[in-house]
Amino acid sequence: MENNDIKISTNSLELFYGDIHALKNINVEIEERKVTALIGPSGCGKSTFLKTLNRMNDLIPSVRITGDVYLDNLNVYKQYDIVELRKRVGMVFQKPNPFPMSVYDNIAYGPRIHGIKAKNKLDEAVEKSLRNAALWDEVKDRLKQNALGLSGGQQQRLCIARVLAVEPEVVLMDEPTSALDPISTLKIEDLIDDLKEKYTIVIVTHNMQQAGRISDKTAFFLHGEVVEFDSTEKIFSMPTDKRTEDYITGRFG
Amino acid sequence: MKIKSQSADKAATIVFYIIAGIVVLLLAVFVGYLLYQGRDRLNLHFIFSAPVFGKEGGGIGPQLFNSLYMVFLSMLITLPIGLSAGIYLAEYAKPSKVTNIIRFCIEALSSLPSIVIGLFGLLIFVNLTGWKYTLMGGALTVSVLNLPVITRISEDALRNVSPSIKEASLALGATHWQTILKVLVPSAIPGLVTGVILTTGRVFGEAAALLYTAGMSSPVLHFSNLNPLSHGSPLNPFRPAETLAVYIWQVNSEGLAPDARKIADGASAILIIAVFLFNIVARIIGRSLNAKFTGKSSRK
Repeated sequence: MENNDIKISTNSLELFYGDIHALKNINVEIEERKVTALIGPSGCGKSTFLKTLNRMNDLIPSVRITGDVYLDNLNVYKQYDIVELRKRVGMVFQKPNPFPMSVYDNIAYGPRIHGIKAKNKLDEAVEKSLRNAALWDEVKDRLKQNALGLSGGQQQRLCIARVLAVEPEVVLMDEPTSALDPISTLKIEDLIDDLKEKYTIVIVTHNMQQAGRISDKTAFFLHGEVVEFDSTEKIFSMPTDKRTEDYITGRFG
Repeated sequence: MKIKSQSADKAATIVFYIIAGIVVLLLAVFVGYLLYQGRDRLNLHFIFSAPVFGKEGGGIGPQLFNSLYMVFLSMLITLPIGLSAGIYLAEYAKPSKVTNIIRFCIEALSSLPSIVIGLFGLLIFVNLTGWKYTLMGGALTVSVLNLPVITRISEDALRNVSPSIKEASLALGATHWQTILKVLVPSAIPGLVTGVILTTGRVFGEAAALLYTAGMSSPVLHFSNLNPLSHGSPLNPFRPAETLAVYIWQVNSEGLAPDARKIADGASAILIIAVFLFNIVARIIGRSLNAKFTGKSSRK
């Protein structure tokens, strides 16, 4: 195995929704500038795990978390200001959720709340982010139009561009293509492939082929535990655990 | 079975069309009647001149102005407080006993008859403050009347904004307050505009709550005097200010002018036109605010 830098790591991470034990003793290491896929049946905790990484679970009052999450060796729950953390760890959601504003204002939203006011800097950030999200050519003539008028696939790439505008280091994606048609899905997958040159990407997906196509490493979640975490190649060709094999061959789940 | 459900569907459609038709017809007849009765007073002289005591030919200028000023002042008080209360209830209040009590109080307040609020205003804003009958007292009183409505409508408008948008904002590193200010409130504008229209209509039409608070007289107003501190200035909020609705009531019940009935009819027609105009203007403003925030709609 080549020795890569570890961007995110967890140490005996446990999460409870009230009485429900949703994550059990999670110890994983996520490598920098790689795509890590999280797979597993519905309700296995993979989305929940993803949301512990940028503390989106904090919004749910009944959640209790023990154990540690580290980003660049600093404790996410103790050593980061939540604004600073979310600036560095961006998130793309399952359904495209652009703000009901113009395309331009959607992208400029992040830079603006983080204090950038100068028009030329905002213009620059908007163009750069849209280019990086492979959306610039499609929307450059309609920057002032409402983002809700874009197609679903364009909206999702807009949401990715909106995240990139904040210049994060990690991008979390929660089933980003599950609401999209196959062509839009392919575009997003190509985009993810480009993005991993600069960003560490963690993606939750229900689509086995997608995980196989785009990820470097894959973690298989079941009942709140990580059953197996290895290189994507190994997981899909010769998984160690019987349960992983059953799942990826479609025998259950 | 299929035939039956289809004919039931048709019947229901027809019934609802008829009911909607009746409502529209009622409104049209009512407005038509008011405009028809007041038709010969729909002229600029009537709208702008002052009433003449005991003689024919008086207008409603000061009363109309007072109504408009009353709407403006009460909105100035109600909107910031109501919106803040709505934000609190939608975003900050945790489900608890105290929150339930607050909600209960708001609902109770919104179902109080306006004459009761008027008498409350008389006690507090007229007597206790020692202001006597003033526009400000009236504005505060109708604010008490309207606060629950605006609060409720702002809360609903904010709750109706999709939670996924709020999540997106927080995930970008925005604070809760930034999210409220830059995403939630602007997205709630259409709902808020509806609230403003409802409440301004109510201020225009309110008589009972203003009888004992803003008074049934208006000093001679000098429209060239724009110093809000001077007694004869129309802009002075601490002067008695009979509004149009109160004037209609007064003229109808104890008017001494020989053309009292005509004045009441004309004033009613003007009142209803003013309410319509206000609604239209509020909608236009709301739409342009929304357009400014959301960008041009690409689906025309």
